[in-house]
Amino acid sequence: MRIIKTESIIDVVKDMCIKANIHLSQDMEDTIRKAAAEEDSKLGRQIMNQLCDNLDIAARDEIAICQDTGMAVFFVNIGQDVHLEGMNITDAINEGVRRGYKEGYLRKSVVSDPLLRVNTNDNTPAIIHYDIVPGDKLEITIAPKGFGSENMSRVFMLKPADGEEGVKEAIVKAVMEAGPNACPPVFVGVGLGGDFELSAELAKKALTRKAGEHSKLPHIARIEEEVLDTINKSGIGPGGLGGKTTALAVNIETYATHIAGMPLAVNMCCHVNRHVTVVI
Amino acid sequence: MEKHINAPFDKKQVKDLKAGDYVYISGTIYSARDAAHKRMYDAILASEYSDADGKTLYEKGVIPFDLTNNVIYYLGPTPAKEGQVIGSAGPTTSTRMDKYTPLILSKGLNGMIGKGKRGQAVIDSIIKDQAVYFAAVGGAGALLSGCIKESEVIAYDDLGAEAIRKMRVENFPAIVVIDCQGNNLYETAVEDYRNSRT
Repeated sequence: MRIIKTESIIDVVKDMCIKANIHLSQDMEDTIRKAAAEEDSKLGRQIMNQLCDNLDIAARDEIAICQDTGMAVFFVNIGQDVHLEGMNITDAINEGVRRGYKEGYLRKSVVSDPLLRVNTNDNTPAIIHYDIVPGDKLEITIAPKGFGSENMSRVFMLKPADGEEGVKEAIVKAVMEAGPNACPPVFVGVGLGGDFELSAELAKKALTRKAGEHSKLPHIARIEEEVLDTINKSGIGPGGLGGKTTALAVNIETYATHIAGMPLAVNMCCHVNRHVTVVI
Repeated sequence: MEKHINAPFDKKQVKDLKAGDYVYISGTIYSARDAAHKRMYDAILASEYSDADGKTLYEKGVIPFDLTNNVIYYLGPTPAKEGQVIGSAGPTTSTRMDKYTPLILSKGLNGMIGKGKRGQAVIDSIIKDQAVYFAAVGGAGALLSGCIKESEVIAYDDLGAEAIRKMRVENFPAIVVIDCQGNNLYETAVEDYRNSRT
């Protein structure tokens, strides 16, 4: 058994919040720059170049890539041989978010009640997904999520008879309806299977996959490629103003499901697909 | 076509702007997003305003700035660091302002900067009241921040990022998406691109 003092997590989380919002990971940045070079619409290329310049300016001036610095979403994998000692881990993560969003000059975008809508002024509470895994490590991933794209996300409760074609159609439909609203080019996170809420969680988790990687399941990897191709033939393009770069990746995560169903969730993410992972 | 324009601008300028124009905006614009729109909208409806005495909503103290000829930027920036004018400052999705927009346009607003589609009621108001809808590049907040040279919160300070800011911009890049004749670049540009590939 390994003891981890939860107080030590606070500063780690604080730094993760700031880093994720200012620097895109190298794999994401490379993907965007490659797409910019290959875009064949004049206006589309101009927009892609603005996005590349934007990444440079954000890094140079240490300013957030996008003003929507999101809700702080976490995936926390706790090794079952870890003993957490001290304050509640959820409180520690929220304290890290509080400090990170203040010290990093990030936007406080959270309201405490969906109807009363009073800003909490510190971007808490975070949304935290916990999982117990083998081992004695604590792995924390932050994926700050902007809501321009989040608002265009969908859950489809498909029928088994809808099959592969139904899956492909639903993903493409979600991206087409999102159009310019989700800040294309987008990353498309898909959760297929499980139940209602697990499909949505898988869709979000799918967005944290390294750029350029496909599902390890051959039939799913093929669908990822085919759907990406269909989306990019739509012509929606950068900013929704025409071009071949509408999506940069389609990532599908799957789980077992019920004999009667085939839940499918599509979590849209703009090109600012931010995530940072730290292992303690 | 590339154009340099100054804000605020009059109806003649509105008529000169065509869907597809790439513009650089200089001058004064105001930030307002969801919560500020709701507050202005509710205040206007509650005011039982009449222009019979020739006074504007602003002059009567109903709303915090004069909409006439002005441009609203759908923006909630990140906080400014020491020595900075403003933080990251890209557009938010315009669709969420659609509920409030026809009323705001009817009170004299001439331009909106945001990103994403508008509903038919907004497009109808853009034609009826002769206004223009610009898109800025979503996600380019760090770059657009550099075009904002002065920024001051003038109202609704309690809304934090959603407060109303008066801003001086220089060569702020935007694209005319919906012009005063109702031409919509989101529809035509994708169609034109598809046709150019076949």
